[in-house]
Amino acid sequence: MSYQYNIGCSLSNLKGIREFVRSSLKDQQVPEIEMSAIVLALDEMCSNLMIHAHHCNPDHMLELHIDIPATGKLIFEIVDDGSLFNINDFHEPELGNLVHQKRKGGLGIRLVKAIMDSVEYLKRDEKNVCRLIKVIK
Amino acid sequence: MVHIKRLQEDGADIISVIGEIDASSSIELDLAIAKSVGEGFKKILVDCSALEYISSAGLGVFMSYIEELKDKNIPMVLFGMKEKVLNTFSILGLAELLHIVPTKPEAKKLADELSV
Repeated sequence: MSYQYNIGCSLSNLKGIREFVRSSLKDQQVPEIEMSAIVLALDEMCSNLMIHAHHCNPDHMLELHIDIPATGKLIFEIVDDGSLFNINDFHEPELGNLVHQKRKGGLGIRLVKAIMDSVEYLKRDEKNVCRLIKVIK
Repeated sequence: MVHIKRLQEDGADIISVIGEIDASSSIELDLAIAKSVGEGFKKILVDCSALEYISSAGLGVFMSYIEELKDKNIPMVLFGMKEKVLNTFSILGLAELLHIVPTKPEAKKLADELSV
């Protein structure tokens, strides 16, 4: 099975992304706690891209693809043509430092890395593809 | 979309968070806590029983107040959290840095103990 959702880079569209992910996976018998974590990871990745690569311009589009092969894993791809924002290059500060500095940011990437089994980047048709893989046990 | 209500009970400010907190709505939570602190409340309880979802933007708001509230000796206790929401706090270990209890009576009791 595969699903696709195209959406403008407005933070008000995050709810639609969450609903799309949840409805696409509804027949996969993913436990609720795991489902919520997956939805969260996609929300975090899309909001990061919207804010940092597209400056929340609603005319800029993201494509979200979900591919469900029969191999016990879920493949998510976010396709865009903004500047590349590679979370693997991002160094996460210690949680204690974030608290001390009274910072609000810096948590989303940690969440994505904790939830997903892999995050990789590739180019396809001159576009950036961020591929996230979640193994379903 | 989030809706936030504040009411006062036994000297504590109770902030009820209803709905979903993401990057588009976390500012509402931030403003509510800032108001509570600004109005001089010495105990803040956050009712999360109708909180259906929180992303890192919301977690970041709670995290950003930890030091300030500690400095001002204002306990903030979260209660009534659904398991799926609590799991989001737990993934990063934030559940250990905040005060989170199951029920309102427990939240009041903990806030009283912490404010001594």
